[in-house]
Amino acid sequence: MYSPAVASGHGKLLKKVFRHWQLYLLILLPVVYVIMFRYVPIFGSQIAFRDYKLNMGISGSKWVGLKHFVEFLTGNQFGVLMKNTLTLSFYNIGASFLPPIILALALNYAFNRHFGKTVQMVTYMPYFISTVLVVSIIMRLLSLNGPVNNLIANMGGDRVLFIGKPEYFRTIYVFSGIWQSTGYNAVVYLAALAAVSPELHEAAVVDGANMWQRVYHVDFPGILPTAIILLIMACGKVLTIGYEKVLLLQNLENMSTSDIISTYVYRIGLSEGMQYSFSTAVGLFQSVVSLMLLTVVNWISRRVSETSLW
Amino acid sequence: MQLNYLKKSWADRTFTVVNTLLLIFALLIVALPILYVIAQSLSTPQEVIAGRVLFWPKRITFIAYKEIFRSKMLLSGYKNSIIYTFTGTLVNVAMTVMCAYPLSRKDFIGRKQIMWLFVFTMIFSAPLIPSYINVRNLKMLNSIWAMIIPGAISAYNMVIARTFFMSNIPDEMIEAADLDGASDMQILVKLVLPLSKAIVAVLVLFYAVGHWNSYFDAFIYLNSEDKLPLQVILRNILANAKMIEEMADATVEQNERLALVEVLKYAVIVFGSLPVLILYPFVQKYFVKGIMIGSVKG
Repeated sequence: MYSPAVASGHGKLLKKVFRHWQLYLLILLPVVYVIMFRYVPIFGSQIAFRDYKLNMGISGSKWVGLKHFVEFLTGNQFGVLMKNTLTLSFYNIGASFLPPIILALALNYAFNRHFGKTVQMVTYMPYFISTVLVVSIIMRLLSLNGPVNNLIANMGGDRVLFIGKPEYFRTIYVFSGIWQSTGYNAVVYLAALAAVSPELHEAAVVDGANMWQRVYHVDFPGILPTAIILLIMACGKVLTIGYEKVLLLQNLENMSTSDIISTYVYRIGLSEGMQYSFSTAVGLFQSVVSLMLLTVVNWISRRVSETSLW
Repeated sequence: MQLNYLKKSWADRTFTVVNTLLLIFALLIVALPILYVIAQSLSTPQEVIAGRVLFWPKRITFIAYKEIFRSKMLLSGYKNSIIYTFTGTLVNVAMTVMCAYPLSRKDFIGRKQIMWLFVFTMIFSAPLIPSYINVRNLKMLNSIWAMIIPGAISAYNMVIARTFFMSNIPDEMIEAADLDGASDMQILVKLVLPLSKAIVAVLVLFYAVGHWNSYFDAFIYLNSEDKLPLQVILRNILANAKMIEEMADATVEQNERLALVEVLKYAVIVFGSLPVLILYPFVQKYFVKGIMIGSVKG
């Protein structure tokens, strides 16, 4: 192996870089990728401050400053969108917080190992079914001649078109999410439970604690840090609730509760309008507020539990 | 312990009973909807439309599946999904390892800065439209590349892979190989990768399931019907009742046709989730591993 004859401090650094040129070659493509597909679009987000015209390109379009942001923030859609987005997010966070914890605890105390394994395997299977198909299943189960309505009819009630009623949209969204991801989310808690020292349990048994007391006094404190971090992080993402599933569940009838910021960005940008600049402004507002929320939440998490994303 | 078991208190016994009931509840609530869908898809249409089928098929028939296998649209979707999943996953795993390995080396100058370049994309991403314009400017609209390149690396998966390399490959081993004159490439191929089969399996599974299940990218980037992956076709069927009616055999009577349409709606769901669900029992332990690694530093 040849060594370049440089001795200065600067030269040493260069020498180190040269020595590992293969590492730089390896990472070249990923870096080009992240710049071209992650940072170029961030740079392109400047069309939020312009009136983007296709034939003018990004930098050729007229600069209009905060026009689109003002239009969005003072428009009559803003209040509804914020309310829908936040209600859906917090309803989702609140309702799906406990189920994975309870499932993990129950699995941890399963009377029979094989039974526990079976339940675990079945409960996190839905996580691997695609969103499109989960929504298809919901539509089938809740359709006018589906099993839920059959049950209602058998008990003498009137059939309800659940999917077309704004008041049911959030519940359908949240509970199908719980159905799909409780098993998956329980895995993290199972890991936390496995890390609880068996000595603590033995000591509790010696002290005469029954199983309820052990769950409350030994297991709960063990998984609390994990639970807090997950909860705090979820709160940092309240605005970015995804459009994939909402779009599939959305229809003209339930629009008054199902229209959230991300579906709005999609609708005015691609599906109905071609208001590229306005849609980008709304999306940028969402991204920037989320970044601020995440920063705050990360700071809180570091103070509370000494764990943070960065 | 044996003694403890015999002396099980009343409280412990209620605990075990409540706990078992909870687990059974969880099992049923997840399994019953799936069994319901499967049962309908395998039953004779008249039984289904009369609402007589619950969790077990009645008068088993594969008539709906026969219709599916006659549908050019669904089969072409299946083929496209397989192509996108296979090619996409290959690119994903290669790029992720190419990125994570240098970043896991402590003697790699600039690792902090490059790491930040990727981590930042996890907390701040460009809105939909600029990303779309970018793909359009690169002339990738309506091509297979739009399915593969824009999502080539998931920063989250890259961080998992890097964490794995850092905690499972001892520094001394790399140093020793380095002293023996092995190049960094040789170290990766002959030392690191053979020790990292578990993480490569995790990456393959995360990416492959992601490709198979995603619909949105294809939905906005592709427009010719013969390029659409299965999920978009399923979504179109879901959104448009006419499409599924056209699938039902045109020669049968109107009443029978309506019944068949009903069963088809269920059969299509089973058909779409089949590959993932068949592979699932074999691969699920790798997913658990992946979540565990991810939760160490997530």
